Amino acid sequence: MMILFYIAATVAVVSTVGVIVQSNIVHALIYLILSLLAVAVVFFSLGAPFVAVLEAIVYAGAIMVLFLFVIMMLNMGQHTLDQEKTWMAAKDWALPAGLAAILLAQLLYVLREYRVDIVPNEVGVLEVSALLFGPYVLAVELASILLLAGLVSAYHLAKK
Amino acid sequence: MQDLIWLLPTFPMLGFLSLVLTGGSLPRKIVAVIGAGSVGLSFLSAVLISAQFLASGEDYFVKELWVWMAIGEFTPGFNFYLDGLSLVMMLIITGVGFLIHLYSTGFMVDDPAYSRFFAYMNLFVAAMLMLVLGDNLVLLYLGWEGVGLCSYLLIGFWYENPDNGYAARKAFVVTRVGDTAMAIGLFLLFTQLGTLNIQDMLQAAQQQWAMGSPLAIAAALLLLGGAVGKSAQLPLQTWLPDAMAGPTPISALIHAATMVTAGVYLVARTHVLFELAPRVQMLVAFVGLATLLMAGFTAMTQRDIKRILAYSTISQIGYMFLALGAGAWSAAVFHLMTHAFFKALLFLAAGTVILSLHHEHDIFKMGGKRKQLPIAFWSFIIGSAALAALPFTSGFYSKDEILLAALAVEGPGMLLWIGGVIGAFFTGIYSFRLVFVVFFGDSQGHHEAKEEAHWSMAAPLMLLMVLALLGGWIQVPLDAVFSSGAGHEEAHVSLLVHAVMIAAPFLGIGVSYLFFMSKVFDLDKLMANPLANSLHRFWFSGWGMDALYQRIFVNPFLYLARINRSDLIDSFYALLVSITRSAHLMLARTQTGYLGWYALSMAAGLVLIISLGVML
Amino acid sequence: MQSIPIEHGLILAGILFALGLVGVLTRRNIVFVLMSLEVMLNASGLAFVVASARWGHADGQVMFLMILTLAAAEVAVGLGLIIQMYRKFKTVDIDVLSEMKG
Repeated sequence: MMILFYIAATVAVVSTVGVIVQSNIVHALIYLILSLLAVAVVFFSLGAPFVAVLEAIVYAGAIMVLFLFVIMMLNMGQHTLDQEKTWMAAKDWALPAGLAAILLAQLLYVLREYRVDIVPNEVGVLEVSALLFGPYVLAVELASILLLAGLVSAYHLAKK
Repeated sequence: MQDLIWLLPTFPMLGFLSLVLTGGSLPRKIVAVIGAGSVGLSFLSAVLISAQFLASGEDYFVKELWVWMAIGEFTPGFNFYLDGLSLVMMLIITGVGFLIHLYSTGFMVDDPAYSRFFAYMNLFVAAMLMLVLGDNLVLLYLGWEGVGLCSYLLIGFWYENPDNGYAARKAFVVTRVGDTAMAIGLFLLFTQLGTLNIQDMLQAAQQQWAMGSPLAIAAALLLLGGAVGKSAQLPLQTWLPDAMAGPTPISALIHAATMVTAGVYLVARTHVLFELAPRVQMLVAFVGLATLLMAGFTAMTQRDIKRILAYSTISQIGYMFLALGAGAWSAAVFHLMTHAFFKALLFLAAGTVILSLHHEHDIFKMGGKRKQLPIAFWSFIIGSAALAALPFTSGFYSKDEILLAALAVEGPGMLLWIGGVIGAFFTGIYSFRLVFVVFFGDSQGHHEAKEEAHWSMAAPLMLLMVLALLGGWIQVPLDAVFSSGAGHEEAHVSLLVHAVMIAAPFLGIGVSYLFFMSKVFDLDKLMANPLANSLHRFWFSGWGMDALYQRIFVNPFLYLARINRSDLIDSFYALLVSITRSAHLMLARTQTGYLGWYALSMAAGLVLIISLGVML
Repeated sequence: MQSIPIEHGLILAGILFALGLVGVLTRRNIVFVLMSLEVMLNASGLAFVVASARWGHADGQVMFLMILTLAAAEVAVGLGLIIQMYRKFKTVDIDVLSEMKG
């Protein structure tokens, strides 16, 4: 499991780098799916098979398909590809990357003395479901309302 | 009937309100009826009230209406106080006022703002009655400012001409100087004596203040300041000649017969204070003397018929102040009354002349009007005779009393008397100069003159002629009011004094005759003399007072205003504004509209907050 | 079964989050920005799951489900907006939409 975790983590980081540097949008999307799938494997290695499956189905499946549809509708061809390349100048990257690096360094600094080993025990669908339909039932209802609102507004916005 | 004294100011006030609220939409006939009728009703009630008051034999009568305001101990009321003094004043105001209103119905008939004119006039009469009937100084001050306002409105009545507006502002600002002094005087009286009810205040002053105490002097001086401003005495006389910019009936009513005598009324009303401050009283006398002489000199040189009358008004009020200073309170009020008669007569007659000549004011462009304007001519003859105090006219009796009282003053009495006699001599010159130039001599002829045919203008002139002739026989019931006065018992003076007093105006008329009628003396030859010429110019400009004030007050003020154009204190706030503004512009620059920029700033903020959290 | 140090899970979440942030800040194509946002959301979800694994509870996983829901709704609305933007401006460049500058 440990090895699985590190391999999946490496894949996730590399593919995410791919997402943010790719100029071809379809390639970037595939890198993103790869990244999400790798995170799903991380979840699995941490003993959370339920969310791992959801990550694969909902994120990598449904949401990314939505992206794909939109990309198809926008129909961006070679022209956009060239444009993307001109937009990725090094000087535009310096400041944001520096900021993100500082943020990451701060996180690492905070975590420097935090040292707890976890032995992943499987926390499966049963426990999650018991919580979802027990104490968190209100949150579930709210989530459903949020999804409904998202549905309605997406319909409204995408309408011609 | 006495209880109905509140009707007096109410009639004109109602007239004012009905004329104002209809906004000039009423037909002229109705406006005339309301305008003149309200004052006429007021006069009628004044006569009835006076008859009853005099028959009752009481010294005074108070009608309390309501408490105006109540602030702790300070509760001035809307109370009317009637005694001999206010009785005389109220009869003059309503009586002469009614005649002038009647005259105005004819005089102003062609004016487009007929209704506005009568509205202002009625408001003026109401305010003036408030002034003389109020039993406390606050109510008096209300009337005082009310007449000032009306004066301003009426001087600037023909506001299309900017010069008239300028004259109105000048009158308002100059009298404001005096009014401020008076207001401070009121504050002083209230803080020191605890009341502004005139009678209580005078009693308290008598009890608490010693003769010549500094407080009494200060209070008397401050009140004198107000009186000097309103009555156009030195050094605040400069507004009155310019006030002639208004319609002629205004000049007759406000700037000759009533309002300008409010200062005389104020001093007479608070005469106890002046008796407590003998030096101030002496100052009053000398202010009057200086004014009457100065105005006399100036009146001899003017060319504008109304300015001549204006300066003669200043001069005659100077006589009243001289009387007040001499302690001859009732002589002052007596002269006030006779002056109201003959000066109203003169102004109204001048109005007729001006109207018949299509608003020509220069007397040297008139001439030979004796035949064309007989009523105006006889009005001028009688009015000028009264003004010059020829024997048996009304002016003679009052001026006689004043000069005798001045002679009786201990110390500088002789000086005051000589000054007064010289003033009478000048009065003879300038009043008959006017008569000779306008009504005799060659007709200039380039104005087709029309006769003042209408009865509404002729009747007031006739009545005023009678009053100006015979007004001297009226006995003013003032003994009760001024019982505490220094007394004006008949001084036994030699026949010579009387002879001189009678001769002075005749001498003046003679000089005037030689210059302007028989031309024995040539005016041009006199003017050729450089000294005479420069004196003439000096007097013509009113002793250069306007130029002096321009140099002393106006120019430094303008200079200060100019160097402080950028306003020192304001610049501090301007700095605040500019700081805020530049900060706003700086922050507005961060509103680039670029989404990436906003995300970047949010990330930077996040980094900053976390660094703070980590480090602390 | 060997143990995994919890900080490694959190560090992974941090790295993914930082990468997503770099993407949001640098890309001008709005579709890329939206994708980077998904990476960031996913990273925060990962942190919850790591925490849940640390304590052996299911609460973190429930929270991840909430984030998942949120992401789904956000993507739906965001993509709708992108389509509108493309229709109106014929571009996906976010710097073109700078009319609301101060």
